[in-house]
Amino acid sequence: MTQNARQHLTRNEELIFERSSPGKNGYQLPELDVPEIDPARALGEERVRGGIEGFPEVSEVEVIRHFTRLSTWNYAIDLGLYPLGSCTMKYNPRINEAVARYDGLAWAHPYQPQELSQGAMEVIARLEDALCEISGLDAITLQPAAGAHGELTGILLVRAFHQARGNPRKHILVPDSAHGTNPATAGIAGYEVRNLKSNDQGMIDLEELAHAVNEDTAALMVTNPNTLGVFEENIAKAADILHAKGAMVYMDGANMNALVGIARPGDFGVDVMHINLHKTFSTPHGGGGPGGGPVAVRSHLAPYLPIPRLRRAGDKLEWSSDFPESIGRVRAFYGNFGVLVRALAYILAHGGPDLRNATVDAVLNANYIRHRLRPYFDLPYDRPNMHEVVFSDARQAAKGVRTGEIAKRLIDYGYHPYTVSFPLIVHGALMIEPTETESKLELDGFIDAMIAIAHEVENEPQTVLKAPHRTRVSRVDEVTAARRPVVRWTPEANIAPQTTAADLVGAANVQRPE
Amino acid sequence: MNYPEDYRYTKQHEWVHVAGSTATVGITDHAQQELGDIVYVDLPKPGTKVEKGKSFGSVESVKAVSDIYAPISGEVLEMNEGLATAPEKLNEDPHKSAWLIKLKLDGNADFSHLLSAADYQMYIGTES
Repeated sequence: MTQNARQHLTRNEELIFERSSPGKNGYQLPELDVPEIDPARALGEERVRGGIEGFPEVSEVEVIRHFTRLSTWNYAIDLGLYPLGSCTMKYNPRINEAVARYDGLAWAHPYQPQELSQGAMEVIARLEDALCEISGLDAITLQPAAGAHGELTGILLVRAFHQARGNPRKHILVPDSAHGTNPATAGIAGYEVRNLKSNDQGMIDLEELAHAVNEDTAALMVTNPNTLGVFEENIAKAADILHAKGAMVYMDGANMNALVGIARPGDFGVDVMHINLHKTFSTPHGGGGPGGGPVAVRSHLAPYLPIPRLRRAGDKLEWSSDFPESIGRVRAFYGNFGVLVRALAYILAHGGPDLRNATVDAVLNANYIRHRLRPYFDLPYDRPNMHEVVFSDARQAAKGVRTGEIAKRLIDYGYHPYTVSFPLIVHGALMIEPTETESKLELDGFIDAMIAIAHEVENEPQTVLKAPHRTRVSRVDEVTAARRPVVRWTPEANIAPQTTAADLVGAANVQRPE
Repeated sequence: MNYPEDYRYTKQHEWVHVAGSTATVGITDHAQQELGDIVYVDLPKPGTKVEKGKSFGSVESVKAVSDIYAPISGEVLEMNEGLATAPEKLNEDPHKSAWLIKLKLDGNADFSHLLSAADYQMYIGTES
């Protein structure tokens, strides 16, 4: 029953460095038609190097085959279900790509005069309007390049708002179920992070919240539906508690796929939120992006939005930087424009009623998985969920099998693993988000694989503990890789095995991300 | 693993051992088990003031980065330098040789909020 990834005859691919032979190359440069300059004289001797040790010298066909083979090892949404919870790995419709390739959009240059860019600006204006309508908020910036960037932009708006009233305030409240980027954002924006303990339903505890909010509270950062995939039923009451003390409600829009066309954050008290275009609005996700993290706000935060902002002047659109209270630019030009085009294409191709249907299907799919898998996996918060469902490995852990092992075994069945060990408030979490784009056939295949693994855990746990069996590389030594990373290949391939992460941090003189 | 009787413990899984005006702080065996293989430890330099209940550093495992909270206020006298090159010691001997920092206590240190070895073990029993 298990599916097997098709493998090339070359079962394992060498590093490109190892294919090198001196003097080979895959390029030809034209003859120099300008006077030759000696770089050592122009830049200084110490800035010029003679070569790079071990730099690969290979032909064009070797480069093409090397990277093409590697690309076939990849798993992608175009190959199958990608149930990575919290990531909304939905199919990216080809209409998005077709529209993004229109000459007038694909070749538009950001320095093109505004009068020649009206079409591109119209795309931006319509996307702004659509996202404001969907979120129920008043104004928006499309500049931020992804979700975490949007979060930082949003919290800087909150800070500017409070600052304008004489006091930026001191702390931000973050529920213990939050995405890790929330506390990181608050910290980078100069706020102290205060954790808010969830109640036994995994929701915001209103009493706890009322106790925690005071005149030093700048905002609450909340994800709704929360990371358990459950709608925060008391969100409007929570917002009232914040607003009564002059604090804001920031919503992490990571889970917006459960709300589009059904509920609008602006209607339940949210002051500011980011939207992940690469999640909810089907722009390419992964492979390093680029993403899109627009930030929508209620009108009281609009004066602080990044500049330039788009405005209509008669029948023309124009960029304006005449917003003296703005926090300034957060990105060059106008955001990741190609991503904005795709998001608008997705919205218009669906239209309002079908965006709502997509939401309904996303919720239905996740509940179907919950219903079929609950006889086999522990459900720590057993209630109807929205677009994703979180199980725990409690039953399997009794046999010594943890969520990470189940995920690795899932690879043998041909599926990308679900999200492992998140949210942190569920011990040994299996976080599954199918999205609306999966058919019942595809979902059943995944569910059957999960059930088969649950049986294996009962009857032959070693099979699961040693998975994956069908990949080119099985388990890598991730502990040694983290403790003593070798980050550069050399011909000897045996550089400094004693180097530790601490040495690298010291050497690079950089702060470790936390 | 043995939870020494003369240590005090926090619900965030740190331990503290006080001798005179010096306190030694570490993480518990339960904490290292939950974290899994520890790969990096970030500690404050001597001279840093740490405040009871506030984060003073972090421990990174293959799974996650976790803040470490000060069980008690004081000034850092010494950090365990050996952990920079051998973070695995935290998995092997968390209650003894893999201590994290030594603190010089303010005159009137308050321990009333800390757990005894028996209470801590009961707490981790109910938590899991």
